[in-house]
Amino acid sequence: MTVALPPARSRTTRRSGRGWIGLGFTAPFLAVFALVFLAPIAYSIYLSLFQDRLIGGTTFVGIDNYRQALGDPQFWEGLGRVGLFLLVQVPIMLGIALLVALALDSGRLYGRDFFRITVFLPYAVPAVVATLMWGFMYGTRFGLVADLDHTFGITLPDPLSPHLILAGIGNIVTWEFIGYNMLIFYSALRVIPHSLYEAAAIDGAGQWRIVGAIKLPAIRGALVIATIFSIIGSFQLFNEPSILRPLVPDSVSTSYTPNLYTYSLAFSGQQEDYAATVAIIMGLVTMVVAYAFQLRGMRKEA
Amino acid sequence: MTPTPHSPGRPTRPRGRTTLPILPVLPIRTEHNGVNALRVPARHAVRGIGLLCAAALSLTACASSSTTGSGSANTASSASAVQAALAKGGTITVWAWEPTLKQVVTDFEAKYPKVHVNLVNAGTGDKQYTALQNAVQAGNGGPDVAQIEYYALGQFALGKSVQDLSGFGAASLSSSYSPGPWSSVNIGGGVYALPMDSGPMALFYNKKVFDKYGLTVPTTWAQYLDDAKKLHAADPNAYITNDTGDAGFTTSLIWQAGGHPYKVDGTKVSVDFTDAGSTAFTSTWQQLVSAKLVAPVNSWSDQWYKGLGDGTIATLASGAWMPANFVSGVPGASGDWRVAPLPQWQAGQNASAENGGSSLAVMKASANQDLAYGFLQFANAGAGVQDRIKGGAFPATTADLNSSAFLNTAFPYFGGQKANQIFAQSAKNVVKGWQYLPFQVYANSIFNDTVGKAYVSSTTLTQGLQAWQDASVKYGSQQGFTTG
Repeated sequence: MTVALPPARSRTTRRSGRGWIGLGFTAPFLAVFALVFLAPIAYSIYLSLFQDRLIGGTTFVGIDNYRQALGDPQFWEGLGRVGLFLLVQVPIMLGIALLVALALDSGRLYGRDFFRITVFLPYAVPAVVATLMWGFMYGTRFGLVADLDHTFGITLPDPLSPHLILAGIGNIVTWEFIGYNMLIFYSALRVIPHSLYEAAAIDGAGQWRIVGAIKLPAIRGALVIATIFSIIGSFQLFNEPSILRPLVPDSVSTSYTPNLYTYSLAFSGQQEDYAATVAIIMGLVTMVVAYAFQLRGMRKEA
Repeated sequence: MTPTPHSPGRPTRPRGRTTLPILPVLPIRTEHNGVNALRVPARHAVRGIGLLCAAALSLTACASSSTTGSGSANTASSASAVQAALAKGGTITVWAWEPTLKQVVTDFEAKYPKVHVNLVNAGTGDKQYTALQNAVQAGNGGPDVAQIEYYALGQFALGKSVQDLSGFGAASLSSSYSPGPWSSVNIGGGVYALPMDSGPMALFYNKKVFDKYGLTVPTTWAQYLDDAKKLHAADPNAYITNDTGDAGFTTSLIWQAGGHPYKVDGTKVSVDFTDAGSTAFTSTWQQLVSAKLVAPVNSWSDQWYKGLGDGTIATLASGAWMPANFVSGVPGASGDWRVAPLPQWQAGQNASAENGGSSLAVMKASANQDLAYGFLQFANAGAGVQDRIKGGAFPATTADLNSSAFLNTAFPYFGGQKANQIFAQSAKNVVKGWQYLPFQVYANSIFNDTVGKAYVSSTTLTQGLQAWQDASVKYGSQQGFTTG
């Protein structure tokens, strides 16, 4: 593009003046951003280079903490667990959410608004309450599972046992977040111009064809965003296991997920430095995976 | 927190089960899969790293001063200085969750009108220790006096956060306290706190259930096992007790069996769960766990209170602070329960152990240690003890444990039984020489990661204890202890 060039000097003064004004507008945000976002990260990085011992006090250890974390079986076990959770729970959750959104958008449902609110409702329940509620329902002595067992004279598998609890947590998270993801997909579907559907109908396309050829490509961005949120959420899994832990301490260990491990290290082990290290590594892992997915998801777009 | 208006025992119950129904506010992240408005889009994050590094460098310079200046190096002063401080007056802050201390503070201020006491509940157990630890590190904001459970005291004594009270004349109080609590506050030749209460163990049993199924009150753990089998065979819904793995309970029974798994000598620490006491525990308890004779119910849960009330949990081996919890938590079963001496590992013995209990300590950072000690003396060795007994606490002082008024108190809840006689006898029989780790708070927090597996999988208690031992030793050496 070609613009008539003003004299060089006046351009520089105007530019620098504009820069200062811009900075003035963004300064309040930048100050808060630096204080609540950059400073904690910087402080974590600083902490992760030290080691505070009961005997010997604080010493600078360089990257020793990182070396220890990368060889820490508890960390890898937790990471593996949230990785498995990500691979299994996220597709199920997003798949159901997408189906519900498409059903709502199809215009063939009676009581659409009621249905939409009902599906969204679990998201309005605080995660703590939801987990406690499910925790009680899972109970094999007095909970819903116990009642089912009694009523039908069967013995259902115990969802709180060590080998099933991850599935139990997955169920809770799915229940909580289907509505939220559905809403993202649904609002993306609503902005597709209706003329496209009319054109497709004139061309003789059926509903499934419309879904495959128009709706899904059109909400690709929303799908990618929802997936990235879910990836981040899975890696940061904390609330559900931490709330279930007091109910079933033998099934959920203190290092069940990386975040729970960080929490235990900092608050019961007084190893804030090592906790900071684990948190930073987890942050990097999350960033890399989310970024990789974004690159891949957005590639065919534009 | 469960509404227990009258619960002197609650604070002193063993670690691990103090988990409250309502969870601590979690600082990490509270929304799963939700939008985090502050999150930098991944695309921009890489660019941000350079900025971060710059910020990190500048912080390094300003943050490095934070490790210095924790605690003024006050030297301990004499008993006369304490009297002078009490007369002179001043203000002290006390961090404690023990409810009976409220009355103690009122009486203390009445006796010494110039003294003002700030009684603060900074959280129960763990939560308070975290706050205390932070205050110690920060070098300010901490209390003058803190309530610290016996098992956690070592950690604070070792970190030099609490003052050795020998210089105030505390050493001369040795005969005033029963041996269990006294040995708990004696660490490495110093006296780091004054015992506040104690938890000599006894067996609480539901007499109604025992009568119904013709069970005899067990005097040995072998008989206990027989009763467990009989009871569960007669009623598949009924269990002799509940257990899902509790560090405080397990270590107490090993203590009673004469085990010394922890050996602490200054900064030298060893853990060994293969000694005779530990194996005595595992061989009996493994049978209970393997045959599913213990109810898989967490202590202090709703199911637990329900079980204690309806007879499906028939016994409870616990500390002498338990009665108040029975009264408030299981009111419906009043009259059903009785107290018996703790079953023995070998017939004819009369060994006992402590379960829970806490002390009051003077913080090293306190600016008014003389006054703080004056309060300790009043609360734990003086007139305050009576206040607390009236409030339902179980004392650690021998004079009170032996007083006839105390011993002859009839408990309506236990059908008029003079239960204090059993508790007082148990206090005398506590096996001497038990030591906790200087980092027992952490060790207990990972009990369910290791020993807990024995309750939900094919892992045995012995293997679980071995794993616990390994993890504790590993933590110890990471923290700079000499382990072996």
